[in-house]
Amino acid sequence: MKLEGQIRIPSGCAISAVISKDGNRMNGEKIIESMKPMHDRSNGLGGGFAAYGIYPEHKEQYALHIFFDSISAREECEHLLRKSFEVVKDESIKTRTIPEITDEPIIRRYFVSPLNSVLTALQIDEKEYVVRIVTKINIELKGSYVFSCGKNMGAFKAVGFPEDVGRFYCLDEYEAYSWTAHGRYPTNTPGWWGGAHPFALLDYTIVHNGEISSYDANRRFIEMYGYKCTLQTDTEVITYIADYLLRRQKLTLEEMASVVAAPFWQTIDKKCPEERERLNYLRTVFSSLLVTGPFSIILGFEGGLMALNDRLKLRSMVVGEKDDKVYIASEEAAIRVMEPDAQNIYAPAGGEPVIVKVKEGKF
Amino acid sequence: MGIEFIYPEFEVVRNQNRCIGCRVCERQCANEVHTYDADGKVIISDDAKCVNCQRCVSLCPTRAIKIVKSDCRMRENANWADDTIKEIYKQANSGGVLLSSMGNPKPFPVYWDKILINASQVTNPPIDPLREPMETKVFLGKKPDSIERDENGKLINNLSPQLKLELPVMFSAMSYGSISYNAHKSLALAAQQLGIYYNTGEGGLHEDFYVYGENTIVQVASGRFGVHDDYLNAGAAVEIKMGQGAKPGIGGHLPGTKIVGDVSHTRMIPEGSDAISPAPHHDIYSIEDLRQLVYSLKEATQYKKPVIVKVAAVHNIAAIASGIARSGADIIAIDGFRGGTGAAPTRIRDNVGIPIELALAACDQRLREEGIRNQVSLVVGGSIRSASDVVKAIALGADACYVATAALLAMGCHLCRTCQTGKCNWGIATQNPELVKRLNPEIGSQRLVNLMTAWGHEIKELMGGMGINSIETLRGNRLMLRGINLTEKELEILGISHAGE
Ligand code: SF4
Ligand code: SF4
Repeated sequence: MKLEGQIRIPSGCAISAVISKDGNRMNGEKIIESMKPMHDRSNGLGGGFAAYGIYPEHKEQYALHIFFDSISAREECEHLLRKSFEVVKDESIKTRTIPEITDEPIIRRYFVSPLNSVLTALQIDEKEYVVRIVTKINIELKGSYVFSCGKNMGAFKAVGFPEDVGRFYCLDEYEAYSWTAHGRYPTNTPGWWGGAHPFALLDYTIVHNGEISSYDANRRFIEMYGYKCTLQTDTEVITYIADYLLRRQKLTLEEMASVVAAPFWQTIDKKCPEERERLNYLRTVFSSLLVTGPFSIILGFEGGLMALNDRLKLRSMVVGEKDDKVYIASEEAAIRVMEPDAQNIYAPAGGEPVIVKVKEGKF
Repeated sequence: MGIEFIYPEFEVVRNQNRCIGCRVCERQCANEVHTYDADGKVIISDDAKCVNCQRCVSLCPTRAIKIVKSDCRMRENANWADDTIKEIYKQANSGGVLLSSMGNPKPFPVYWDKILINASQVTNPPIDPLREPMETKVFLGKKPDSIERDENGKLINNLSPQLKLELPVMFSAMSYGSISYNAHKSLALAAQQLGIYYNTGEGGLHEDFYVYGENTIVQVASGRFGVHDDYLNAGAAVEIKMGQGAKPGIGGHLPGTKIVGDVSHTRMIPEGSDAISPAPHHDIYSIEDLRQLVYSLKEATQYKKPVIVKVAAVHNIAAIASGIARSGADIIAIDGFRGGTGAAPTRIRDNVGIPIELALAACDQRLREEGIRNQVSLVVGGSIRSASDVVKAIALGADACYVATAALLAMGCHLCRTCQTGKCNWGIATQNPELVKRLNPEIGSQRLVNLMTAWGHEIKELMGGMGINSIETLRGNRLMLRGINLTEKELEILGISHAGE
């Protein structure tokens, strides 16, 4: 049977998120709980979480979370890490032994800083450098897979049901101002840990529910700009699109939403002239980054998150709030588990981005 | 007769029981096949002159006529086919180059027919075009590499000029001269109504048609016929014709007999003189020269119009396309070896060039590998026969398609492939006023609009089935295609998997 990446595996899913606008940190208990009522939206072949603000004592370094298949893979990869970065700390990621999660790889965490001398020589910025090294490891080093590489944040994922994955990684011991979660329902997969979601690049993480019909058009376009879609998943390509549009093209989140879930031409035509020109421009210039087919995604980033549905709203997604917190999930039940008194529950329209940012200085 | 005799290819079969002697066929056939025999009070036919254009068949009020392929054959020979032998006779008779028209009719593989389209089941939903918006609008032209903002952070519109198409299909170049005034008018009217473009071809633009400029692509070919400042600025885009799929590597020759009246005026050459387009542009002997012409035309049109460079699909087309993309062109049009023509040497038409499917796949892939695919749009033609061909072309990587033969068919062409004689009974490939008036531009344009509207519906159905509601996300989406009956190599070039994979 072919591995994820050699073949494209469609899947359905559950997603959930919570964020504190005041930057109050919460442990992972609630987000784990939120996945339980959506148990049937996953099938035990992948679950994962992303957490922001969890490494305040190392917030200047990139936190690399890496899976290794073997000791030799680890040695090879560590050799490359030491050559490329100053490794400030190197530890194994704490896990709990539970019967639901088996066959785990070696899971380690490295806090690293790029070497200034190397950056100057290559004439690229720090983030671009980290992306290049991570891409190199994931493509070239067999048996090593970096699944998280942002600052003061981390992704945690495994083969299993999301609530088990959360317990496995002891997420109740982490404190984050923003959490996202994902349960996966792949139609077939040999169950590879790297294939679980969220998919992360720098501080961008994506959890996604859907199966996009634009996949190959998006992939073939984004691969022109140095990305390599090794997993052949929607989540991976959407993460690269986010990175390309936000970090490299410096679009705003709203502008990115107008590209990825562009309004229909007939809607654009009804806008005021200035808005029409803006939307026409974005849609024309980045036409190959339009994403069609069903999706609901939550894009996590440093200091906030954005939820977005495809423009026809072919996947469910609801938003609710209470005090300083905003909750987003595939089903209202998940929100109610996290906050029984959640208010203003509504389903955002297709293509309408929901952007939540933590107040400046609070993260 | 004797040694020069070649038995006619077709036989005109008239059912005398149905024939009422109305003599319609006699009046309709410009090839003078039918004559009335006053003595016998019957109509007789000279089969030898018949080109099987089906005009008399279509107009006979009692359905008394049919044209059949003659069964008088040479002795069978797998190596020496009938046509091959007869071509030898013709050349032994005349000493001349064989001429043909329309596209390559030989049984080469048609890759469109070996590619299958995907549809959604279960994991994602198909979309019903009758209920949901289904978008087929396309913008052709160069896209900027990066965005720019003004001091207030507002996006600056740094887009180069674009062509806006309501459907990813345009009518490709057919010159006034090779086709009639009424045919051009039909195309112009239809393009305007459909929100797409037609293309003047290399014969200039008749002054009556300047009003359709917004839907016109004006062509500049090696003969530079009819090219002047007003002409260049009359259209929405300028196309430099470097080559044509039906006859890569050679120029064109419109015989003096077709250079009459307005045709001569529009082409800016004397009546009755042959219009000969040289094989190369004599100011383009290399890629850097092309760049100069591209920019000369941009200068002449104040950088307000996209420039298209049209080339024939030949062996190293991917490298050529990459060169063109870097020459400043906004759009590359590639014409496959099945593309039509008003006249071409038979040997060239039938043996030179490569299929558009392979050329397209190779070019799109190469431009992506070089990271410059967004700098140009790709338009492909020769031959796109149906809505499913369009969908397959776009999924392989085209931005839009050029159609010509299908448009001619809509206007009445019956593919008799004798356009070079100038006696088109359907009023298309002729300058004979009596024949030209057989094509009513109102009807012609309506039929073109009907055809494209039908294709539009079919394209939307196919897209909806794939769960795609915007043509942009079909472009280059090769995962939506599978090959059938193709070799590993063919699949590799097309960049698609085999059915069942
Ligand atoms: S050339 Fe056309 S009109 Fe004339 S006999 Fe043949 S089919 Fe009929
Ligand atoms: S355009 Fe006229 S002459 Fe040419 S193939 Fe069609 S019907 Fe025949």
